[in-house]
Amino acid sequence: MVSFAALVGGAFLYNVYLSFNSWQGIGTPEWVGLENYQNLIQDRVFWVSFLHAFQFIFAMSIAPTAIGILIAALIYDFIARYFGNAISTFLRISLYVPQIIALPIVGMLWAWMLSPNIGVVNTILREIGLGSLALNWLGEARTAMFALSIMMIWIQVGYTIVIFVSGMSRLDPYLDEAAQLDGATWFQRFRIVTIPQLYPEIAVVLLTTTVAALKVFGPVYVMTNGGPGDATQVPAYFSYFHFFSTTRVGYGAAIATVLALLLTALAIGLLRLQRKMGLMR
Amino acid sequence: MRTQVKRKKGFAPYLVLGSLITMALVWLFPMFIAFINAFKTPQEFVQNGVLAIPNEWDFSKFGKFWSEVDFTKKLMNSVQVSLLVALIAVFLSFLTAYAIGIGRVKGRTWILGFFMVAFTIPQEALIYPLYSISKTLSLYDNIWSIIIIFGVLSTGFGTYLLSSVMSTFPDELLEAARIDGASPWRILRSIVLPLLRPTLFVLATMFFIFTWNEFLIPLVMLPSNDNQTVTLAMAVTTGQFTSDSTARAAAALIGFMPSVIFFLIFQRTLMRGITMGAVK
Repeated sequence: MVSFAALVGGAFLYNVYLSFNSWQGIGTPEWVGLENYQNLIQDRVFWVSFLHAFQFIFAMSIAPTAIGILIAALIYDFIARYFGNAISTFLRISLYVPQIIALPIVGMLWAWMLSPNIGVVNTILREIGLGSLALNWLGEARTAMFALSIMMIWIQVGYTIVIFVSGMSRLDPYLDEAAQLDGATWFQRFRIVTIPQLYPEIAVVLLTTTVAALKVFGPVYVMTNGGPGDATQVPAYFSYFHFFSTTRVGYGAAIATVLALLLTALAIGLLRLQRKMGLMR
Repeated sequence: MRTQVKRKKGFAPYLVLGSLITMALVWLFPMFIAFINAFKTPQEFVQNGVLAIPNEWDFSKFGKFWSEVDFTKKLMNSVQVSLLVALIAVFLSFLTAYAIGIGRVKGRTWILGFFMVAFTIPQEALIYPLYSISKTLSLYDNIWSIIIIFGVLSTGFGTYLLSSVMSTFPDELLEAARIDGASPWRILRSIVLPLLRPTLFVLATMFFIFTWNEFLIPLVMLPSNDNQTVTLAMAVTTGQFTSDSTARAAAALIGFMPSVIFFLIFQRTLMRGITMGAVK
């Protein structure tokens, strides 16, 4: 535990210290105070990278949560009930597989599927007569974020489904039955009975996936290097780029510090919110 | 009333079943398409395209790829790193969680709060300090550097999870043991450890697969070819295969197969771990 505190705390504080310095990685760091942060505020790419991180919150957190809770309810209410556990397990495993593969490898697979001429995505689009939609997905600024977002939804849905299915097994079945006797349709019961009971799970899922969304690095590294231009630039890749490519270490450290503070604030905020919702129930 | 309900049951479930199975097949499609193209000859790929099932199954790419990348070495590196991290982290988090969850160390709410915050700190905010420290300690480009780092990081997570599991332990059980004169060490070994063994196993499989999939820290810490893990090697060698599409499919397949096989074997255990992590 001491080693954990030393490693995380020590390294983080050292990173904060570096963010107040100008350093090329060799020689002695030179204290420059807030200069790195002043430059950050004026750096367009910095703002763009955080804008993209927030777009990933939609693709990795909000959309998968919404899809996941619906699919989980369908699996729990229909599949498990009428077709048995084997099929429901098969569905959960199939949808979960993308989660278990390392992100850079997923990225490599998708980059191959999305390649403009021989890629399977464009091949299918041409086959079904939508050849005009067969774009250079990762090579063009206006489609690159969209393509990455679709991939992220594909990756994340499995996680949310597994959490929500397990959450549903602790719900009170009598509430659902009572609503059924009152003539509520399945969707009404889903909306009014199931979802409110799942608030704790929803809070946890939103928290963990939002944190993951703001940390995205591997797919961007493998698929786009933040490009074309800055079209898919994200904070994690942006700081890595300054650490190891331009070796403006202090600048990279400043980006990483901002990201860390944002994540911590977000986590504390969401935990507070969860506690409040817990009290309201 | 009864017939009405029955009629509803008749049709809707099949519609749901059909849509969900379609969805599952769409989800598995990327793996499937990588699989069929990995075994296709380049000529057949040019002729019949990416969607065709191969007429003749070509295994030669794997041997070539395996020896070119020295995949055995990467596999051994990954297994060594992930296994050691899992063992070290489970051992350490068991001991610290025992102190927090059952020993009731002072200030444990603060300790747990600290862990909670520490998880949200991105690796990017740690990587440069770790990089320069490992250089000073001459651990740079040595797989022990990442074994230590991930061992410690996973211990944080494990401690957090285990101590919340342990704090739900029935007090009477531990009290009875204490009255019988059992030392804290004896309680740890004879009561807590046997009861927690399944949970510890869940943690170990999770740490193994998480460490296997790690990318940023290995990328920075292990520049030389001989030290790379599977995940790292696959990601940085992609560029070499851009010319031949079937070779890229084969590389992707070799890259994700170990994780998928591991997942299929430990599926139950992993699912339990994932839901356990979310509940508390």
